[in-house]
Amino acid sequence: MSDVYTVSAAPHIKEKVSVSSIMWQVVLALLPALLVSIYFYGTKAFLLTLYGAAAAVITEAIIQKFRGVPVTIKDGSAVVTGILVAFNINAAAPWWIPVVGAVFAIAIGKQIFGGLGFNIFNPALLGRAFLMASWPSIMTSGWVPTRLGSINGLNLGSLPSKIPEVITSATPLGAAKALRDTTQVAANMQDNIMNQLASMDTIQNLFWGNIGGCLGEISAAALLIGAAFLAYKHIIEWRIPVSYIATVFVLTYIFGGINGLFSASLLLPVFHIFAGGLILGAFFMATDMVTSPVTKRGRVIFGIGCGVLTVVIRLVGGYPEGVSYSILFMNMFVPLIDRYTVPKPFGEVKK
Amino acid sequence: MGLKTFPGGVHPHDSKEFSKDAAIEDLPIPKKVVIPLSQHIGAPAKPLVKVGDEVKTGQKIAEPGGFVSIPMHASISGKITKIADFPHPTGITSLAIEITGDGKDDWIELYEEDNFLELTADEIKNRISEAGICGMGGAGFPTLVKISPPTEKPIDTVILNGVECEPFLTADYRLMLEKADEIIWGLKLLMKTVDAQNGIIGIEANKPDVIKKMKELTATEQNIRVVGLKLKYPQGAEKQLIYAATKRKVPNKGGLPMDVNVVVQNVGTAFAVYEAVRYKKPLVERIVTVSGSIVKVPKNLKTRIGTKFEELLEFCNGTTEDIGKVISGGPMMGFAIPNLEAPVAKGSSGLLLFNKKQAHRQKENTCIRCGSCVDVCPMNLVPSLIAKNVRYEDWEMTEKYGVMDCIKCGSCAYVCPSNIKLIQWIDIGKMKISEKNRS
Repeated sequence: MSDVYTVSAAPHIKEKVSVSSIMWQVVLALLPALLVSIYFYGTKAFLLTLYGAAAAVITEAIIQKFRGVPVTIKDGSAVVTGILVAFNINAAAPWWIPVVGAVFAIAIGKQIFGGLGFNIFNPALLGRAFLMASWPSIMTSGWVPTRLGSINGLNLGSLPSKIPEVITSATPLGAAKALRDTTQVAANMQDNIMNQLASMDTIQNLFWGNIGGCLGEISAAALLIGAAFLAYKHIIEWRIPVSYIATVFVLTYIFGGINGLFSASLLLPVFHIFAGGLILGAFFMATDMVTSPVTKRGRVIFGIGCGVLTVVIRLVGGYPEGVSYSILFMNMFVPLIDRYTVPKPFGEVKK
Repeated sequence: MGLKTFPGGVHPHDSKEFSKDAAIEDLPIPKKVVIPLSQHIGAPAKPLVKVGDEVKTGQKIAEPGGFVSIPMHASISGKITKIADFPHPTGITSLAIEITGDGKDDWIELYEEDNFLELTADEIKNRISEAGICGMGGAGFPTLVKISPPTEKPIDTVILNGVECEPFLTADYRLMLEKADEIIWGLKLLMKTVDAQNGIIGIEANKPDVIKKMKELTATEQNIRVVGLKLKYPQGAEKQLIYAATKRKVPNKGGLPMDVNVVVQNVGTAFAVYEAVRYKKPLVERIVTVSGSIVKVPKNLKTRIGTKFEELLEFCNGTTEDIGKVISGGPMMGFAIPNLEAPVAKGSSGLLLFNKKQAHRQKENTCIRCGSCVDVCPMNLVPSLIAKNVRYEDWEMTEKYGVMDCIKCGSCAYVCPSNIKLIQWIDIGKMKISEKNRS
């Protein structure tokens, strides 16, 4: 035999795509939301995000060194996790909150399972859940208004009586939750506040991000720009976000009103889509590749499950917002969903 | 032009620019040929000659080894010098007949039939059988078997596969451009053998000149349609082509085109059928694309079966850089072979040369469950989970996820961001499950 050339299995050509190209494109897609956050909250938003990302990368490197496996911080996946942890934090939080959250996310959320590809839960959301359980007051109160607007984004000046503090100091979803409690909000005020929630003014504030909330979730517009980019690059696929958001829309339309079924205006479900972390969660966290189903039908079931849980938590649960817990909860079902949604091969004949 | 297609698939750059404008050239008659006895799916052919025998070009030198088999013919005149194991274009070694040429290219008596379109179906089949024709698109299924379906599965449509969806390859393209009439005659002959009312020629959209030409030539034919197909890989895979052209789905778990009343033949095969029927000419030559960014002068060569690949490359003036990889066939489904000693077989559509960089094998990373493989699989399988179960040797789940329905088109591995060798894992799964099912 003369020269021996490389012998390998087909195919012999490969699309130019890698784990790191995907992850860095996700980072790029998160930048518009970061810029909006900096615009409304100042440089602190940038610093908190930087601390989160840096803590995630350093934690990943240390643990991988310790485990004796290749250090893969250049692939960008830890950066994504760190940014997402910070995006789930109140702008008034101290610097160590994103750091602790990111360390927990990488160490317990990811590396303990064996690293990228093996984790069951979305690491960033696990980090957030840890922070919520440990420092609930920092995570769920003390919201700061944006430099242009109010915390709740509502225009309540026209209301005759004094507005209770549970509404004025709350985020839009916090207000939506509080108004259901008649011990705190007078019954005659409920309708007024509800109308304000489901008004074009409020929805515009939510859309552009002129509201109080977590760093990365405030501007639906900025998040949608990033999501459109990822969809165009085939990094996220429509099934999870669309089924998730559609479920929230339908269920909040049916159950969202305060005067019984179908009592809500059509703007209320729109409010629920743009308020809180739904856009961030549906496009950037429920679509996390590792922790969502691989089958196409499975992705739809996963999205619907997230939507149902989100609405249940928002309307009847103890928290104003349910996006992160519902995604974490559905993460657990992913292996099961994949197992029971194996597609029928092309050409399946009915028997 | 409404282009038809199938669900799934990928969009590799078609890389046909290297050789598409190179008209078919005759490769000089080689001094020596090696004719493998197995160039097709089915039983290997059985030699009819022994070492020392003199043979003429076109003389039958091996007979079919069973019903699913084909005869082989000498592709040059000369003397049988060896019957032994030789390198095979799929990378293995297999029994082959070596002929050392006398330089005369002395043919058996050929013959010309003017009214060849009037021949009976049986006579056409007989000539196809004698000519040793098998599918020339790659898989190499004996043509006679394809056109002899059982009576309970009548054929109403013959589809000619002019898709050539593999990047780089332009052999079928050139043949369609230069021998369009002959290919259409071949289609008519094939339609006659199975008594099919309809003929379809499926061509991918990156060959607009061929689509136009074929449409013009068949404009007056009531029962032949030219179907333009979307540029997408694997548009030329049999089941995907049938679906795109007729909306019929070949049943999975071992179904055949005849189950949906269709026969698919490659355009090269149709040309070989034409020559076999009109001239009683056996299949001893075919068009091979020699291409790749490092080939000095990429060409489409009319090559005698059994010619060693090194002679083809030499005729193209060699390469501009060191060779890293040699591929027999296309880059998506072809075989990487260790050297250039293997011969051209009846199913050899291309010889591709890659440089060292293009040959570099990337490290396999862990699956990040992105689902890209699921999105592109034209058979609607879950490649990542098949590969995972093969790795864990869970054969029951491997089979449940549909490993046996995989057509090995390679789309999944092409898009995998973690460079997982999905086709290699799937191959192992297929092998294990066939073994298990046999025992």
